[in-house]
Amino acid sequence: MTIAETQQQLLEELSLFQDWTERYEYVIGLGKHLAPMPGELQTRDRLIEGCQSQVWLDASCPAGKMHYLADSDSLITKGMIALFVRVLDGQTPDDVLTADMSFIDQTGLKEHLAPTRANALNLMATQMKQRALEFAGK
Amino acid sequence: MPAFDVAAIRAQFPILSREVHGKPLVYLDNAATAQKPRAVLDASRRYYGEINANIHRGTHHLSQLATVAHEEARLTVARHLNAPTPDEIIFTAGTTDSINLVASILGRARHLKPGDEILLSHLEHHSNIVPWQMLCERSGATLQVIPVHDDGSLDLPAFHRLITERTKVLALTHISNAFGTVNPVRELLAAAKKAGALTLLDGAQAVPHLPIDVQDLDVDFYAFSGHKVYAPTGIGVLYGRYKILDTLPPWRGGGEMIKKVSFSGTTYNNLPFRYEAGTPNIEGAIGLAAALDWINSIGLDPLHQHEQALIRQAAAALSALDGLHLYGPSDRAASLSFNLDGIHHYDLGTLLDQMGIAVRTGHHCCQPLMERFAVTGTIRASFAAYNTTAEVTQLAAAVKKAASMLR
Repeated sequence: MTIAETQQQLLEELSLFQDWTERYEYVIGLGKHLAPMPGELQTRDRLIEGCQSQVWLDASCPAGKMHYLADSDSLITKGMIALFVRVLDGQTPDDVLTADMSFIDQTGLKEHLAPTRANALNLMATQMKQRALEFAGK
Repeated sequence: MPAFDVAAIRAQFPILSREVHGKPLVYLDNAATAQKPRAVLDASRRYYGEINANIHRGTHHLSQLATVAHEEARLTVARHLNAPTPDEIIFTAGTTDSINLVASILGRARHLKPGDEILLSHLEHHSNIVPWQMLCERSGATLQVIPVHDDGSLDLPAFHRLITERTKVLALTHISNAFGTVNPVRELLAAAKKAGALTLLDGAQAVPHLPIDVQDLDVDFYAFSGHKVYAPTGIGVLYGRYKILDTLPPWRGGGEMIKKVSFSGTTYNNLPFRYEAGTPNIEGAIGLAAALDWINSIGLDPLHQHEQALIRQAAAALSALDGLHLYGPSDRAASLSFNLDGIHHYDLGTLLDQMGIAVRTGHHCCQPLMERFAVTGTIRASFAAYNTTAEVTQLAAAVKKAASMLR
């Protein structure tokens, strides 16, 4: 699936939720099921520091496709990470770089991405693209 | 003593009738900032609508009205703190500004040298740590830290060991913004004074909740913020003992803080103006006076009793929840910090927000304290005049619901 197709599918899933409890139970569920990041990868250089929760991001590019591993000490943050990973994982570095991430605005979860210093998530999409840049054109 | 009518008090705060995420606002983040009653909103509006002018310099009628209002605000603050003279009341931008002022002028005065010590506690907010660290960097003095017990109270025997003739400054929080610990400040200040140290209290969390008497405390510097005591943001106070401030050099230079300026030399103004360079936050000062008048019209004693009842109710209700840990001593004031086993504070705070409840999560600008308790943060509920027992019940129910969603 292309990035745009994945985003569309996600938005359709999220639109099924009527109220905040359902929406957050979904995100929390995503967080609980996100593949944990191996402890040895949770290093300082993989840490995206924020005031409210910690986020680790690892990126590699096996066989020309981006592979992301990410983790957080906050469950809701993990759920948001899972959304990002679902959209960008397995895509080429060039596709990641040109991905339009504005679908987030339509998820009803945008307050987790507010550009306050408290929010490591806000940096997540940027960081994932930055890592893709390292592998692009190779 | 006037009976505490919380409904009548709530009615004076327009913001409390708003909704967040479609739910009525339950505002429990008062340690971060307090909401403003109509008396304060009206005072701000009246200032700009009727008497706005620059102060101290003009000869026209509006400038006289504004000057009088500003200086009467200073008198109101002096009376509120029981300062002997309004010359000891300096208007600043807030507590952080006030503490930076003191640390800076002590630095300029070369008051400290290598071998000297500044004594803080492990409870301190960053604003009562970093200015002193910066002063240590400049002067070669070192920082000493009073340890804190597991219940969030200060280790007093350790304090008495740490206070020596090398201690030049004791800077302490009056009430901890993270755990609500009320420090036994009289005992600590007396020991510091005996050792010959200058003393400063961070009163940001105390002024909204307790009567403050700087003469009774016998403290050299007392700092607080307007916005935490129902006044506008951008205004604060530094009380400074006259005979100490009068020997210290100025801070910011410019208009207002001078007597005469020439390229061959400049002379500085008297206290308190020497520490108020430039046009001040006139509206803020007037708003602060209105807030202090308002809080005194309610009565600090009934207010304190009301808030203590809410904190005790919250502590009891939350303690009944599975896996809940409270921080701070049982006689805490102003704030209540807690965590739930296996649950991240950000997650809990986010779900409480969805239910219309505003609390603070994270390190509360007290990273050293969080490190001491081996947590990345806590959830903090903090109380004010307009909070109710129903809101506390809601908080406990919401925490229970959020916990079940996250487990």
